[in-house]
Amino acid sequence: MKFAVIVFPGSNCDVDMYHAIKDELGEEVEYVWHDAQDLSGFDGILLPGGFSYGDYLRSGAIARFANVMKEVVKAADEGKPVLGVCNGFQILLEAGLLPGAMRRNEKLKFICRPVKLKVENNETMFSNKYDKGEIITIPIAHGEGNYYCDEKTLEELIANKQIVFTYQDNPNGSLNNIAGIVNKRGNVLGMMPHPERAVSELLGNTDGLKLFQSIVRSWREAHVTNS
Amino acid sequence: MSQILEPSPEMIKNDKIYKQMGVSDEEFALIEKILGRLPNYTEIGIFSVMWSEHCSYKNSKPVLKKFPTKGERVLQGPGEGAGIVDIGDNQAVVFKIESHNHPSAIEPYQGAATGVGGIIRDVFSMGARPIALLNSLRFGELTSPRVKYLFEEVVAGIAGYGNCIGIPTVGGEVQFDASYEGNPLVNAMCVGLINHEDIKKGQATGVGNTVMYVGAKTGRDGIHGATFASEELSEASEEKRPAVQVGDPFMEKLLLEACLEVIKSDALVGIQDMGAAGLTSSSAEMASKAGSGIEMNLDLVPQREAGMTPYEMMLSESQERMLLVIKKGREQEIIDLFKKYDLEAAPIGKVTDDKMLRLIHKGEIVAEIPVDALAEDAPVYYKPSKEPEYYRQFQSMPPYVPKVDDYKETLLALLKQPTIASKEWVYDQYDYMVRTNTVVAPGSDAAVLRIRGTKKALAMTTDCNSRYLYLDPEVGGKIAVSEAARNIVCSGAVPLAITDCLNFGSPEKPEIFWQLEKAVDGMSEACLALNTPVIGGNVSLYNETNGTAIYPTPVVGMVGLIEDTDHITTQSFKEAGSIVYLLGETKLEFSGSELQKMLEGKIFGKAPEIDLEEEKQRLDQLLAAIREGLVQSAHDVAEGGLAVALSECLIGTGLGAEITINGDALAGLFSESQSRIVVSVKPENKEAFEKIVQAEAIGTVTNSGILKIVNGNGETLIQASVEELEQAWKGAIPCLLK
Repeated sequence: MKFAVIVFPGSNCDVDMYHAIKDELGEEVEYVWHDAQDLSGFDGILLPGGFSYGDYLRSGAIARFANVMKEVVKAADEGKPVLGVCNGFQILLEAGLLPGAMRRNEKLKFICRPVKLKVENNETMFSNKYDKGEIITIPIAHGEGNYYCDEKTLEELIANKQIVFTYQDNPNGSLNNIAGIVNKRGNVLGMMPHPERAVSELLGNTDGLKLFQSIVRSWREAHVTNS
Repeated sequence: MSQILEPSPEMIKNDKIYKQMGVSDEEFALIEKILGRLPNYTEIGIFSVMWSEHCSYKNSKPVLKKFPTKGERVLQGPGEGAGIVDIGDNQAVVFKIESHNHPSAIEPYQGAATGVGGIIRDVFSMGARPIALLNSLRFGELTSPRVKYLFEEVVAGIAGYGNCIGIPTVGGEVQFDASYEGNPLVNAMCVGLINHEDIKKGQATGVGNTVMYVGAKTGRDGIHGATFASEELSEASEEKRPAVQVGDPFMEKLLLEACLEVIKSDALVGIQDMGAAGLTSSSAEMASKAGSGIEMNLDLVPQREAGMTPYEMMLSESQERMLLVIKKGREQEIIDLFKKYDLEAAPIGKVTDDKMLRLIHKGEIVAEIPVDALAEDAPVYYKPSKEPEYYRQFQSMPPYVPKVDDYKETLLALLKQPTIASKEWVYDQYDYMVRTNTVVAPGSDAAVLRIRGTKKALAMTTDCNSRYLYLDPEVGGKIAVSEAARNIVCSGAVPLAITDCLNFGSPEKPEIFWQLEKAVDGMSEACLALNTPVIGGNVSLYNETNGTAIYPTPVVGMVGLIEDTDHITTQSFKEAGSIVYLLGETKLEFSGSELQKMLEGKIFGKAPEIDLEEEKQRLDQLLAAIREGLVQSAHDVAEGGLAVALSECLIGTGLGAEITINGDALAGLFSESQSRIVVSVKPENKEAFEKIVQAEAIGTVTNSGILKIVNGNGETLIQASVEELEQAWKGAIPCLLK
């Protein structure tokens, strides 16, 4: 399986994402600069964390206009897995690939720490290697991760089982403790916590690895069926 | 557009306008002699920043010469953007620490943020990829609203810059003392990694080569920042707010990536950060180091606003700018490369052979100064030095013995002291994990980062207990270096070298200059004994508010090498049943201690003793044991003494410990005797460990969740649940900030 890590000028978790895929997951991966016109050679799209264009405006608000975003939307429409982490999640919201919006953390401070998440839905292509209800530890590092959506959207998210991860001890004020959601189709995941920071024994946490393994497993299964 | 009327050369001389820029009468006379004429307004401005203490080290040079700067691993000592140390396999580590005290006192968020930005540029201007940031902060007591504001904003500024640019802030220290009330210290350190062949220098060689300006446009911010940094703070300092720069970490991220790409190009001849004194210092220093000259056309300098004068352009400290020297004819490649990052690269001048800095503006020569006069020939002052009266008094005092009734309450109170208390509130705001190399996060003795693709790792720390330095700068200087080395070794690393940031009061006062001299003597001796040469650093003098100096605070930034990630060691106890050892002798030493400060509200007496040979021997033994795989945890005994150190070994582990203190209970619990380390060892490794390390077994790790300390007769001195210790330790700073 071949992944693209989309690099905006201010992405800074691109290296982490790249090495998580290459060194820990053992799959193919390439960096793709934000002006790229074609993502057809990739099976999965990863939008890493960072400060895409400085984010002095709303996080991700400028990134959605980058050339590559048309291709990201196309890949999502084709059903390819699209994962946005942290700033990547913010960009997916701004691009309309996922519903809702981000506000500044409730306490208005940047927070970097490992947090406990609950796997609410283990039937997505991003979470099928976890158990339902499993508690995992994944680090967060953000100043703007306070997820919000209107009541109707929340009802839909719940009804469609789009909430994949919730915080055990809500660090940022997110509505319904939401840490990660998928689109209705289930192939676009946005999450504030960083699974790519939790893939190495040496760094003391491998709870994020199953997320990437889930993507690969789903892709392999789809491909075996197709061929 | 209005044209600002600048004073004429005659007016500058007759009205002594140079004095407002910090230039003395003698210095002005010297400038006149060097030029053979009167300087114009632009020229006197250029001289004033280049001859400021911040740029020229004119007051500290004779002292700095004492530092040992050579070592078998040192590839680059002081004098460039940052020092470089070999770590084998064609790799090297690049690091430097720098102060941003004065700007942070006036505008704490931007002051701290741009301090971080500046030190990052120093590291990548050498060609290195920055991999980690550390800091060392000092504030007044966390009781006044002003101090709380400074503390919160400085931390936010460091976080804002480091998090955005994506370099992890992995370690540091924060201390609080009344002496920093009006003059906080903000020292930032950056560590980078480089392959030997990529090492670049700030040199303008090759007559005819092109001088290029890259990065942010030049604005009117930060004008005279270096001069401002070289005077005391006072009520009038608020007016200096325009001398504080404004940072743009996104711009720096672009500049960083573009510069790391450009260093791979053979079109690049030299590169230097436009830091303090901006365009002036970068051009003069690059030419002076290469024995060449530089001519620049200021009309070509990218400018943020219209109508800027040569004076303003040359003295601006706008951030996120670099000066490059490029082989003639290769400019377009560089312009294209920077364009990828939406950055402007502008050819603004050329390298000449006449050793002059020549500036052209609107077709006229507006400045013409010999580069060596600016970069090398600043006057050097041998300041008078005098042993202060307070020091004589302290030396003659009998040993201080604190009065303590309840040991447990004392321990809890110590854990709540802001200098000892958990700094989680601080590092929670720093992205310490980005780039996923951080193996040991903030909170242990030193931070540890793996080097991807190798078995190696780097340990790094910043340390300085300025209380000991105030009591005795020479002994305190030795302790600062030794404590850093202890933290590095406790993490499983061999200390490589140090960078230092010498924060002192005004050198015009003989008592302060004496502190500086003695501190450097002590540090130098320790650097020699511990084999950690000084590879660079920064001097920040004039840290005074309304005539009162800070404690002498020479912050030590040290980096160590871990040969194998298996050797990485942390401070926390690992499992029940392990034997707890104490390395080093405990004496009745309470002067300058946290306990003295807590009970008396001030410090006095003699600093704790330190024997450098003993320190070296102990660290060698411990490192040998760690490399043999015999050590489960190691933790330096620092502020608050053994009881605090044991608490820190236990917090967060769910474990407990039973400890016996033979001898004086008070000293055993709270003395701050130096060169002591708490180590835990598996019982099966007891014999092997004791063969290598001289240490006293003082107890065992239990799974009770209780710290129990008894005396030689088995009487309980302290019995406390680790949970209540943790609550006291963790809750203190958030509580003070509420």
